Amino acid sequence: MSAHIEIPYNMDERPDTGLYNAKLGVWLFLASEVMLFGALFSSYVLLRTGASTWEAGHLILNWKLAMVNTFVLIGSSVTMVMSWAALKMNNLAKFKLYMGLTVLCGIAFLVIKGIEYAAKFEHGLLPNQSTFMAIYFTMTGLHGLHVIGGMIVNGYLLGPGSKMWATEPQRFTNRIEVAGLYWHFVDLVWIFLFPTLYLLPGK
Amino acid sequence: MSEAVQKQIKQYLIIGLALFIGTVLTVWVAELKVTILTGIIIAVIIATIKSTLVAGYFMHLLHERKIIYQILLLTAVFTVVMVGLVLFSHSDQQGAQHGIFNVPAKQVPAAADHH
Repeated sequence: MSAHIEIPYNMDERPDTGLYNAKLGVWLFLASEVMLFGALFSSYVLLRTGASTWEAGHLILNWKLAMVNTFVLIGSSVTMVMSWAALKMNNLAKFKLYMGLTVLCGIAFLVIKGIEYAAKFEHGLLPNQSTFMAIYFTMTGLHGLHVIGGMIVNGYLLGPGSKMWATEPQRFTNRIEVAGLYWHFVDLVWIFLFPTLYLLPGK
Repeated sequence: MSEAVQKQIKQYLIIGLALFIGTVLTVWVAELKVTILTGIIIAVIIATIKSTLVAGYFMHLLHERKIIYQILLLTAVFTVVMVGLVLFSHSDQQGAQHGIFNVPAKQVPAAADHH
């Protein structure tokens, strides 16, 4: 009795948009993410300009650890795009290598962030300490949640999700492409967060 | 197909290297003795260049369909309106001394003090 219903345009491009559905969906999602982080960055500007004093990030935050994290996240963006390129070359083994490295970079990012947070907690630098610390924890915390979300998706695509390669290679390649779009966006947000929070002077 | 992907891989590695250099540059610029405003402008310029590289090459935005550009344009308009409204309202409330746009304070008539 069960009928096989095929969802259209998850591999082929729709004639009107020129895109497969997931790609359009992820770009729309990223548009909403731009609004979310845009609101937080404008909050930062508003709070900073309205405050009589503002802490210098490089004096109370560990900018060297944050710089290492920037390298880690940029490196993960490179390995992510290389994993997609490996599938384009029909090389599943290389895909697994690069995707594995991407997940490892995500773990490294979170471990470093954990070390940073632990040091702040130890010194009593909590969100209620100052407006700067509040916005620091809000922005880096939300970004960290995005990293965790991306790692769950990437981990699934590396593990059980990769079975799709055997039956629907094009669809699987598309999945890696859209997962990559999200991961690069997370990297992109950090590119702005790093100088804003860790390097700008205080007043 | 394979040759085109090989060329792309080379491009990705170059962009990755450029992003690493950009990060070092960001830290180096932060060490320079410049005014706060100059420091902010330089930091934003470097971050914008780096994010353009990520979006353009890693997210393939340089060769994307028209509808994606339309979505992003709409997003940019909404973001500018959202940020602009907040900043304008802030400027309006803070007056001349503290306003972001340095709007001159309104002169309050002296007679108003007696009522």
